[in-house]
This record gives sequence, C-alpha cells and structure tokens, in this order.
Amino acid sequence: MPESRWRSLLRPTFPLVTVAVLLGILGLAIVAQIHEKDDDDYSNVRGDDLVELLKSLDAANERLSSQIDELTTTRNGLLSSTKRTEQAEKQAKLRAEQLAILAGTSGATGPGVEVIIQDPDQDIDASALLDAIEELRDAGAEAIAINGVARVIAQTYFLDEDDEIRVGGREIKRPYVIEAIGDPSVLEGAVRFPGGLIDTITTRGGTATVTKQDKVTITALADVTTPEYARPSS
Amino acid sequence: MIPVIGLAIGIAAGLIFEPTVPTDLQPYLPIAIVAALDAVIGALRALGERRFNDRVFVVSFISNVVIAAFMVYLGDQLGVGSQLSTGVVVVLGIRIFANAAAIRRRIFHA
Repeated sequence: MPESRWRSLLRPTFPLVTVAVLLGILGLAIVAQIHEKDDDDYSNVRGDDLVELLKSLDAANERLSSQIDELTTTRNGLLSSTKRTEQAEKQAKLRAEQLAILAGTSGATGPGVEVIIQDPDQDIDASALLDAIEELRDAGAEAIAINGVARVIAQTYFLDEDDEIRVGGREIKRPYVIEAIGDPSVLEGAVRFPGGLIDTITTRGGTATVTKQDKVTITALADVTTPEYARPSS
Repeated sequence: MIPVIGLAIGIAAGLIFEPTVPTDLQPYLPIAIVAALDAVIGALRALGERRFNDRVFVVSFISNVVIAAFMVYLGDQLGVGSQLSTGVVVVLGIRIFANAAAIRRRIFHA
C-alpha cells in the first residue's frame, strides 16, 4: 500500500506540520548563519581563538616596531654619511678649482690690470719680461697670461730665441700684453712705483702702460705635464 | 510534500527578512544546524526504507539540536570549546555520510 502512504504524507496532519515547522526553522537558521558569516569575520570565532589571534597580532606588532626602529637607525646613519660625503665632495671640488687656477688648467676671471709693453727697438729680452712678471707676482697676481696665449704658472720658462721671446714654449709677438688677475690698485701701484716695472722697461728702451680693469678674463691654458720623477712625499 | 514546503518557506523567510543571529546563540547555531542536518538525512533514509515515523523525527531533531548546543556550551565552560565542537562536527559528519551512503545504495544500488 505505498499509494496510501504517499497520500498520507500529503495530508496536513499535526505531526507533518510539526516536521514542516522544524524544517522551516532549519532553513531559516541556515540562511541566517550564512548571512552572519558574510557580515563579520570575527563574530563566529570563539574567545580562545580570539585571544590567540590577539597574541599573534601583538607579537607581529612588536616585531614590526623593532624592525621600524632598526630601519630608522639605518636611514639616519645613511643620511648623515650622505651629508658628510656631500661636504667632502664640495671641499674637494673647491680645492680642485683653486689648484686648477694655480696650475693654469682652467680659465680664470676677475678684476686685475692689463700691462702693455711697446718695444719698437727690440730691446726687451726674456729676463726683462720675467722681471715684469715677478713684479706682478710680488704684488699678488693670481693668474697671469701674456698676449692671451701663454699662461704663466710655476713651471713657465722665459727664453730668448732669435728676435722673439718664448714663454713656456709659445712664441710671443710684440707688443707684449700682460693680463694679470689680482687687486687692481695694488697691482697698478706695483707697476708704477719708482724703480718698478715701468721704470725698468723705460730704462731698457721700451715703453709700458698699465690700465686697471674691472674684469679680466684669461682663457689661455698651460700645458698639463705629469711629473715624471717627483712624487708626493707624504 | 508539506515538510518540503515548510523548508522552502523557511529559506524564503530567511532570504527576505535577513534575520541576524542573536549574540547568545552565535556559538551554538552552526553546530545545531549540523545536528539538525543529521536528523534530516536520517529521516530521508528512513523515508526511503519506508519506516519513517514523524514522532521519531521530531524527537530526534530536537534532541540532536539541544544536545549539540549543550555540548558546545559545556566545552566552552570547560575550556575545550573548539576541540569539543570539532569532535561533535566529526561525529555528526560521519553519521551524515553513513546515512547518505545508505540512501545512495538504495537509489542507485551502488
């Protein structure tokens, strides 16, 4: 009699309604629980697990803060060393510039004087020209060039050759134009004073004139030679 | 047929009203649902074997839910809540699988 059994399942008797209500509650609970899970990740975690979670988070937090401290220290160290390097670089650059002007490997500009020596009778020789340069150096000339081609530095030599004068290997034509950078009035005074440059040149048969300049630009460069024998002693 | 309609109405009501689970019930509801599912699968098996008894179903459903919830509560009180609820879920899961296997054998003969 399966037929009657199935039919009896369709008739709304009290037990069947009870079963239906229970199943309804089950469905409701399932849906509610699923929704609850969507809402919040931690609402279903039990207390013990939450405590564990909190502990591990605390540990991670501590580890990360110590890492932050470490990295901050490293960063500060790097920053200060960068600053030091920058300063050293700046000083080295300044020193290189000073040395470049002294060695005549870079151009120079600044206030100074221009001395023109006329020598119609070719009486001025190398030693007279060297005397003139020494006079300027004595007065504090920082960079000197002759005729715009010969830069005068420590190694520069003056040589008589036929009718010409060679300065550091370069031929110098008359008239000689000496440009010197330094304190213009001091340089001018050194050139003009009795028994100074102008007097010496005049005695030798030439004429010299000096003019103060607000801006003298020297572009002539000295030849760079690498010392073959001399080595730094320190 | 009527129980199926009841289930459908319950699910529909849950979808429509989107009820929130009371905080006091939150730890127990998941286990209670698994226990209830065990009762439902058992009832399906009994139905297939033509020995379904609505009285037995109602009693087993309610007792399953209550006992499961009580065990979780007890576990929480003893400090072994997570382990005990895992154990309950494992046991109920085994029963559900066993009943489902019996149903499968009846229907597919495999």
